[in-house]
Formats: sequence, C-alpha cells, structure tokens
Amino acid sequence: MEAAFQLALDSAPFLLKGAYYTVILSLGGMFFGLLLGFGLALMRLSRFKSVSWLARIYVSFFRGTPLLVQLFVIYYGLPQLGMELDPLPAALIGFSLNMAAYACEILRAAIGSIERGQWEAAASIGMTRAQTLRRAILPQAMRTALPPLGNSFISLVKDTALAATIQVPELFRQAQLITARTFEVFTMYLAAALIYWILATVLSHFQNKLEARVNRHDQES
Amino acid sequence: MIVVEKLTKQFKGQVVLNGIDLEVKEGEVVAIIGPSGSGKTTFLRCLNFLEQPTSGRIKVGDIEIDTSRPLNQQQNLVRTLRQHVGFVFQNFNLFPHRTALENVIEGPIVVKKTPRDAAIALGKKLLAKVGLAGKEDAYPRRLSGGQQQRVAIARALAMEPEVILFDEPTSALDPELVGEVLATIRGLAEEKRTMVIVTHEMAFARDVANRVVFFDKGVIVEQGEAKALFANPKEERTRQFLSKFRNNG
Repeated sequence: MEAAFQLALDSAPFLLKGAYYTVILSLGGMFFGLLLGFGLALMRLSRFKSVSWLARIYVSFFRGTPLLVQLFVIYYGLPQLGMELDPLPAALIGFSLNMAAYACEILRAAIGSIERGQWEAAASIGMTRAQTLRRAILPQAMRTALPPLGNSFISLVKDTALAATIQVPELFRQAQLITARTFEVFTMYLAAALIYWILATVLSHFQNKLEARVNRHDQES
Repeated sequence: MIVVEKLTKQFKGQVVLNGIDLEVKEGEVVAIIGPSGSGKTTFLRCLNFLEQPTSGRIKVGDIEIDTSRPLNQQQNLVRTLRQHVGFVFQNFNLFPHRTALENVIEGPIVVKKTPRDAAIALGKKLLAKVGLAGKEDAYPRRLSGGQQQRVAIARALAMEPEVILFDEPTSALDPELVGEVLATIRGLAEEKRTMVIVTHEMAFARDVANRVVFFDKGVIVEQGEAKALFANPKEERTRQFLSKFRNNG
C-alpha cells in the first residue's frame, strides 16, 4: 500500500503533465467546436435548402462515425494525401470537428425552441435578422443550450483519452507509459481515473455557476 | 397615412384576405372588428409584413411596398417601414431576459442608434407615461399581464412611430386588467396618434375609434363612423355580429 502511494507520488509530475494536455484538448476542442458548431447551426437555419443540407450532412457524418475512427483518418490517413499533422493539432482538429456536430444540433434545437413571437417582436421594432439573433434569440437560447452543452463538454473531457491512440502525451497515455515501466497497472490507471474525475467535477461546477448566471432574470425581482 | 389597395393573402390555397382597400388618415383611430377567422389579425400583420401578402399595395407614410415582389429582395424597405409602424401583440412578446426599461430602449439603441443616455431618458419618460414609473428594473416575469402589455406599448412608442398597430391588445388579459391597458390606448388616441386596433372590446371601439371597420370572411363588409355604425349597422351580417354583443350588454 505504501509502495503504491509512493509510486503515485513519484508519477505525479508525469500525470499532471498529461492532465495539462487533457485540459488543452478539452478546452480547445470545446472552443473551436462551439465556434464551428454555431456556424453550422446558422447554416441549418438558413433559408437556402442547399446550405441547410450541407450542415445536415456534416452533422450526420460526424455523429454517425466513431470518434476513434475520425482521429485515425486525420492522423494516420491524411499524411497519405500529403497532409502531415503532429499528434496534438491532429487531435485538436478531430475533437473540434466532432464537437461541432453535437454543438450544432444543441444550438439549433435551442434556437428553434424560442417562440416565434420573439422574432416578430424584434422584427416589429425594425431589427435585422442578425440583430434579432444576437440581442433577443441567442441570450434566451443559451439557457436551453447550456445543460446539454455542459454534458457534451464532460463527455469530451473523457473522450480526450482517445488521443492516446494517436501519440498525444495526455493523461491516459502518461498512465500507459508509466505502467509499461513499472507494471503497476491498477495504481496508475486508478490515479488517472481520479484525475479525470476531478477535472469533470470542477468543470460541472463551473457549468452550474454559468447556468445560474444565465437564468438570473428568473430569480431576481 | 396608410393606403392599402387590393390586398390579398392566400395561405395554402385558402383565401384569407380577398381584396382589401383601406385608407387611414393621419390622427385617425380605426378599430377593426369581426368574428374569429375573418382575417382581421392577418390584415393587421400584413401591414407591417409579419405576414407576406399575396398581392396588393401597401403604403405607409412615404414608404410603399409592392407585395408582388418577394419580400427578401426588399428587406431594407420592409425594415424601414417597420421602424415607422409600431406593433403591439396580443401576447405582449416582451424580451424576458431584459428589464422593462431595457425592453423599451432596445429599439432606440440597437436600431436607431440613439445614445444610451438619451434612450434611457426616453425610456423612463415612456414608462411613466404608461403608468409604470418605478418598474424600470423589473423583469417581465415579475409584471402582471396588464403591466407587461403597457411596457410593450412603451416599447412601440420608443421608436416614435407614425402609426401604431394593436393586435387584440387585451385578449390575453385577465378581465380586471383589461381596463388599465384600454385606458393607456385611450390616452394615446387623445394625443391624436394614428392607430389601427383589432379588438373584441366593442364598447371601447365605439368610444375611442373614429371609424370602425367590420371584417368577415376576408373582406370588409361595412365601415363607418364608429358611433353611427354601432347604432345603425346597414348590412345584415354586421347586425347579426353586433347583436351578440348587445345581448350581453
């Protein structure tokens, strides 16, 4: 028991370095995924059928294929087409593209849930479509979108472990490397699991705070 | 102020408006009455293009829109028209994430680019005018239906419109809250504002409107000076419709 504890302590710097990559991948994937997902959601709501369909096909593909396969296509597949990517950028691109598909659907549903009267009220005072979205629709849609976006984010944090398969030295990969050296399988993977757990808990906490903030007009008088 | 010629609206093959001609003069208050499904609300919504008419001509002030051209090709014109035409909805449609004052100043700040200080001064003045001084920081959820509708009226006024359209402004209200909203609209009528009001409040239409227009089945059946039309309707259909209200006092 003592030996296991000592090992965990000795490995901490490596695990924490891995956790650093995990956080980078999570935050980066969420940020770019949201950005791209928002663009896709706008495409889905477009008056032009072809634009809407493009977004639809994108979402269908990235939700309908395994994330692991997507990462392999990007990291191992693209070099054959002359596009060689380092592990970290490859993983970041993969997670962003994948997250975008989910974010698109969440944002589209949230925007769709805002009643027509809100669009009409904004139109009736002469607002443009962009102004209406920014000032009236999105602030309300964010309330609906935040809980599912938070869930997707926590899933992403855990899915970043897949990056281990394309050589990114993130948390799970570090645990694997230490295990290979020390054969302390149980201790190392349990330590990695605990760190994922802590990360997810901290992130849910921030999510709850953000939700409370967005909902403040319900509580205040 | 408003000129409507041969306005028609079809929806999925069904004729909702069948050739409406109507003129509203500056300072005139016109009440539109009629049974449910007569097209009166659709007509009002066509006036600021919340509904796209099928054909006809609509002119408000100096702005004329030819409805035979697709609206998304003349979006700027439609938007300009809407800045001159206030609209008050049956369900208020206030922005729930903004306070009463923020609702009122949204149009001036975002659309008219009024400086924030001036917009706030205007907003406070208008809220006081509709009897809601002190409620500036209240979110819509904390206001009664009557108060929400009065905020909505202030929001429409904030754009300094040439015309205000009211779509059954009291239909969604509890009976005891109807009076405060009607009193607010009556106050606006006394300022000689040009208004078109779709309403089921017959006594209000008779007392406040200059002219009453009776819609049925997508056409104007009869129109005339308000008190005369209520006292002495010429058309059988109008008489029939009004008799239902007379029996209820």
